Amino acid sequence: MNRLLPLGLILLVAVYPFIFDSNFAINFGILVLFFALIGQSWNIAGGFAGQLSFGHAAFFGIGAYCSTILQLRFGVNPWLGLPASVAGGALAGALIALLSFRAGLRGSYFALITLAFAEAFRIIANSLAITGGGVGLLIPMQRSAANFQFPSRIGFYYVIAALAVLSIAVALWLKRSRFGARLAAIRENEDAARALGIDTFREKVKVMALSGGMCAAGGTFYAQYYLYIDPAVAFGVDKSVEMLLVTMIGGAGTVYGPLIGSLLLTLVGEVTRNLTEAQGLSLIIYGCLLVVIIGFLPNGLVELFRMRRRRRA
Amino acid sequence: MLEVRGLTKIFGGLRAVDRASLEVAEGSIAALIGPNGAGKTTLFAAITGFDRPDEGSVRFCGADITGLPPHLICRQGMVRTFQVTQPFAQLTVRENIMVGAYLKTPERDAAAARAEAIARQLGMGELLDRTASGLTVAGRKRLELARALATQPRLLLLDEVMAGLNPSEIDALMPVIRGIRDAGVTVFLIEHVMQAVMSLAEHVYVLSYGRIIADGAPQQVAADPQVIEAYLGRGAAQRMAGAAHA
Amino acid sequence: MDATILGAAAINGLLLGGSYALVAVGLTLIYGVLHIINFAHGSLLMLAMYGVYFLLTKANVDPYAALPLMVAAMFAGGYLLYRAVIGRFSHGKDENILLITLGLAIVLENIALFFFTGDTQTITVSYSYEMVALGPALVPLPKLVSFLASLVLCGALALFIARTDAGKAIRAVAKERHGARLVGIDVDKMLAVAYGIGIACLGAAACLLMPSFYVTPTVGHLFVIVAFTIVVLGGMGSFVGALLGALIIGLTESLAGLFLGEALGQIGIPLVFILILLFRPTGLFGAGK
Repeated sequence: MNRLLPLGLILLVAVYPFIFDSNFAINFGILVLFFALIGQSWNIAGGFAGQLSFGHAAFFGIGAYCSTILQLRFGVNPWLGLPASVAGGALAGALIALLSFRAGLRGSYFALITLAFAEAFRIIANSLAITGGGVGLLIPMQRSAANFQFPSRIGFYYVIAALAVLSIAVALWLKRSRFGARLAAIRENEDAARALGIDTFREKVKVMALSGGMCAAGGTFYAQYYLYIDPAVAFGVDKSVEMLLVTMIGGAGTVYGPLIGSLLLTLVGEVTRNLTEAQGLSLIIYGCLLVVIIGFLPNGLVELFRMRRRRRA
Repeated sequence: MLEVRGLTKIFGGLRAVDRASLEVAEGSIAALIGPNGAGKTTLFAAITGFDRPDEGSVRFCGADITGLPPHLICRQGMVRTFQVTQPFAQLTVRENIMVGAYLKTPERDAAAARAEAIARQLGMGELLDRTASGLTVAGRKRLELARALATQPRLLLLDEVMAGLNPSEIDALMPVIRGIRDAGVTVFLIEHVMQAVMSLAEHVYVLSYGRIIADGAPQQVAADPQVIEAYLGRGAAQRMAGAAHA
Repeated sequence: MDATILGAAAINGLLLGGSYALVAVGLTLIYGVLHIINFAHGSLLMLAMYGVYFLLTKANVDPYAALPLMVAAMFAGGYLLYRAVIGRFSHGKDENILLITLGLAIVLENIALFFFTGDTQTITVSYSYEMVALGPALVPLPKLVSFLASLVLCGALALFIARTDAGKAIRAVAKERHGARLVGIDVDKMLAVAYGIGIACLGAAACLLMPSFYVTPTVGHLFVIVAFTIVVLGGMGSFVGALLGALIIGLTESLAGLFLGEALGQIGIPLVFILILLFRPTGLFGAGK
């Protein structure tokens, strides 16, 4: 891919808040980058390695609860809570992968079991005192960078920007590394991959750990930005679906797909919010887009860019 | 190099492979032939770890590899291709071969260089950037071969690599296989294309209903009445002999 | 633990399972014949339930009386949905169908959210609160009716599949698609019919559930996991398995709620699902993957 693109992107992301400095614009930017981050985490497992998960919220929620519980119950600074969340998400990813792949689950069965795990975590979070049960957890407002809470949104913007750019860097690394090539092989044809010496079980566990860790980082950010989490928000189907939609529509298995998908979907979300009070319109559109994309553009919107380039060549 | 002893694979009540034993000498080209349904691919699958043998053993370079998973067997130096080609469809030819190359070459540029070299060796230099799903059957067979070669194997098991090729493609592939052997890789073929078996193989094993019914040099095996009957039916050997004398 | 409390919970569990049976049997049929995991199953049930709700509140049609209408309407809807969308857009790939039915589920759920808002709706009919004594338990009449009707309808469906020509055609398509085509069966039509029947079951289920349940746009989520668990438990394509699986799940849910409390008790179902997938994916009465 274009060498200049990543640099241009970093530049664009860095100067965006200076060009568009309204609260609204910055919040928009934060949302786009947030969904790009968690979308990318899903993409690593689903798009690159072909392991479709319908329950990625499991890792998101673990990240959100991990740093928040450490903060509220044990006084751990959320900046330290962030790596702890990432570790927790990675561990959960590895564990779920170990169990599922040991049992030989693939394709739809894997998707379903991830859904069940997310649901199980939701129920557990809903029932325990340490997670605040159904009421959830409220983080007391203490606006200071040292607390991972910023006096202005710009602080949050740069944090999520850094995380999103990092996630894109991970994707770029996968495109150029042996690990990434092996994941692609596993995605395309797992038996052929094994015949060529790839320990597909181990690689799949590794990718789920990576994906889980990245997603958990998003969870911690979310908790710090909104200062509130509950089982439905953290482990609910909504988050799992949004991560999947953003990536599938933008282009699964590509580096910039999740970002493109996130941009489009956040735009659509804004537009529909201005059109009508009633909820759900944006998701109707996203759902239709998903069906249309699977039907006509299985490689996602990124395919549109590729097609244009091919015609020029 | 490869020693298979008494290998048996049972599906339900059926003995798909029945106490098969064979040996492949290092540096040779050996072939496994037999009528359709004889169990050849099943035997390959059991040797290469895709299926667990129910009885028997497989030794490779002196080490017991019976029942090991495919990726470990590949790492030991024995790699197989598939009868129905299994390309990484959305990846390019170069990327496909690199997956194999990465086994022994962790570094990306070195793996890419190896992949390109092998592609050129097999006459696929022009196709390096083509997506695998866009290849012809012949192209896919070569890709399968190239990928396997990229893993730097000591023993290459080719499952009907000639199937689906037209005569000129077959003629083009034969020296390639010989070249592979000359470069130091032992080759074990499952083949139906007799022309290839006769001219390439030094030692031939014949499988029928799961059992090895004959083995030896190609000419010897071709004249064996049991082999003739396996392919052409009972009494065929006698009829052929009778016709020859008439 | 009082024996009567346990007994009551068990009976309630079985009745609940009966209600789940129809939902699961439809999913089993769809999986068994089309080999697709119909993610839209929950949302379609949700739509059917809204249908029953509006039939009562706007047209004064009793849910039980609405049964034939709902079954016919849902059959037509399912048939058309398969023909127009699922069959056409999936290009045959398994993975695609999973995502397409997911997309459908998202669309349906949010259409409901958009038009009906997120409010929880319930219906009350004259017999909503009539209780029947069943051993140690005092059960609402609608739940008992639901259980019995469910069994009858499952039986009728099983007979249909086993005895009628259409049923045989469907079984042929399920077992051997190409072969079926070769003997002249219109495979595409049969696939759509099978899907339609699976969805028609949801129409019946909605009529039986509404008198004692509630509906919101997201009620489908609950049923999706329950239905999938039952299908996997029962063995992916076995009707009898689905029926027995439904009863087991109903019992599990009820007893888990009893022993673990209302909040944690819900974990019974995803837990069973996870355990079955990990240890016995062919189900208890395995028809196999």
